Amino acid sequence: MNRVLTAIVEPGFFGSAPVHVALLAGGVAAVVSGVVGTFMVMRGQSYAGHALADISVTGGSGSFLIGISPLWGFAGTSVAAAGIMDLIGVRRPRGRDLATGIVRGAGLGLGALFLYWDTTHTSTTGATVTILFGSMFTIDSSVIPVVAAFGLAAVGIVAALYRPLLLSSASSDLAVVRGVRVRTTGALCLVAIALAVSLSALTIGAVLSTALLVGPAATALRLTARPALVMLWSALTGLAATWLGILLAFDSYYWPPERQGWPVSFFVVALVLIFYLLAQACPAGRAGKPGRGVGRCSPRS
Amino acid sequence: MMTEQRAAPGQGDPDSREDVLTVDGVTARLGGREVLHDVRFTIGPGEFVGLIGSNGAGKTTLMRVILGLLPPAAGQVRVSQGGIGYVPQKIQLDPDMPLRARDLVGLGLDGHRLGIPLPSRSRRKLVDEMLGAVDAGHIADVRVGHLSGGEQQRVLIAHALISRPGLLLLDEPLASLDIASEQEVVALLARIAREQRIAVLISAHEMNPLLPVMDRIVYLAAGRAASGPTDEVVRGEVLSELYGHHVDVIHVHGRVLVVAGRGDGLDIPIERAAPAAS
Repeated sequence: MNRVLTAIVEPGFFGSAPVHVALLAGGVAAVVSGVVGTFMVMRGQSYAGHALADISVTGGSGSFLIGISPLWGFAGTSVAAAGIMDLIGVRRPRGRDLATGIVRGAGLGLGALFLYWDTTHTSTTGATVTILFGSMFTIDSSVIPVVAAFGLAAVGIVAALYRPLLLSSASSDLAVVRGVRVRTTGALCLVAIALAVSLSALTIGAVLSTALLVGPAATALRLTARPALVMLWSALTGLAATWLGILLAFDSYYWPPERQGWPVSFFVVALVLIFYLLAQACPAGRAGKPGRGVGRCSPRS
Repeated sequence: MMTEQRAAPGQGDPDSREDVLTVDGVTARLGGREVLHDVRFTIGPGEFVGLIGSNGAGKTTLMRVILGLLPPAAGQVRVSQGGIGYVPQKIQLDPDMPLRARDLVGLGLDGHRLGIPLPSRSRRKLVDEMLGAVDAGHIADVRVGHLSGGEQQRVLIAHALISRPGLLLLDEPLASLDIASEQEVVALLARIAREQRIAVLISAHEMNPLLPVMDRIVYLAAGRAASGPTDEVVRGEVLSELYGHHVDVIHVHGRVLVVAGRGDGLDIPIERAAPAAS
């Protein structure tokens, strides 16, 4: 029994301080992204989420230049960009995608410049990989309280606005008639998405960050028709992918090439995809009428 | 602009009745174009009123003004007694959206409140009753995105009714329905208006399905309105005045046809020929 366990969990896993930090920060990021991602997917804001992730590269790479944690950079730029996108959205609803694309392009260009300086002027050679693809085992433990605070803020926003967000996702007119302040609700939801994106950017990298928002939510949508349970399943799916990913990455130090270790982000994103595919294969018609979306494992009609 | 207090002869004693809705000289513009001109009518408690007009006559604009979604350029709208329940024509929902019929109905009760609702027996009972009242009890756990047009309509009616409004506003509820479900929905609405004393304002481009149940009519043409009992409004002189050219009203087997022209050209039933009418 013990030998089976050590084959799965390589010795030293639970005793390693970087693993503790990774489990903690990764876990918070996964749960927050799972919960917030549910609303991002339901509201059809995935494109906005991807744009925020791309723009967070600018802040992340900038923060290396001035020597602060990339989390501050990720969060600073993505929340600011969320505000700008909201302003643009009000004045020119039709031009929103276009304007988002332009802001995104400009942000990434600035990010490219910062990354160049990161790797040439300062000696942080790993900066590019850390910012774009994350490296959970190198997260500084001092950043944990900030991770927790951002996570609480994002989940707090979504939990407080649960019903208004749900109703305005169904129909913005119905929400207005019911007395929902649709504009404020939408803007706050975008801030929650920006915070979730920055947490995921810290753990699995800015480029991959939306994988933790989209994948688990899309998986959970297949499993249940109850809105509150979707958030729960989404959070659990993200958490399982992250923690299993950390375990596999730790184990991979003993895989070829010897003593190199595979990137955690690869495992997390691969597991998210596997979970999604498993949910797609969920047997149809297990409960209720087939094709009507009753209960669990409903088929897409 | 505040003169016409007795302009609307509804049922009952005009002195004791407090209007559920007062539309008082409303003018509305969309992109600089005047879509509604000095529209005025009132609706009393429990009245079933049809808002009839061809496409482009301004029905949807008037609905949006009443709902407060569009501010009028002139005039005002007063709503009393518990506010408005609104039933949009159709909502576009992804089949994957995790929102069951019972969730949508529940959001009609407390969709504006903060926080995640805890499971509550009384809330569930209320939602079940409401779904039962619109004959939708059997689809309570089906995702809204999976419902047919008629089913979704009934769930949206339950969503609008659960907050006990004084007035139910329906935007072209018959437009996307086949004839059988059309009659079902009309009968259902008439029953609700009668049993729960809720006033109903229902927009439609065809008045015939509503004739048996309508107490009064608000007829819109080219942005102007005439209102009153159906047989007083749907007359050649009244509608000709409204349209600004000659119109005949023909009764055939209990149905009404509104026909433009004097028979010397191409006669077109106005209700079916939107662009020709405006």
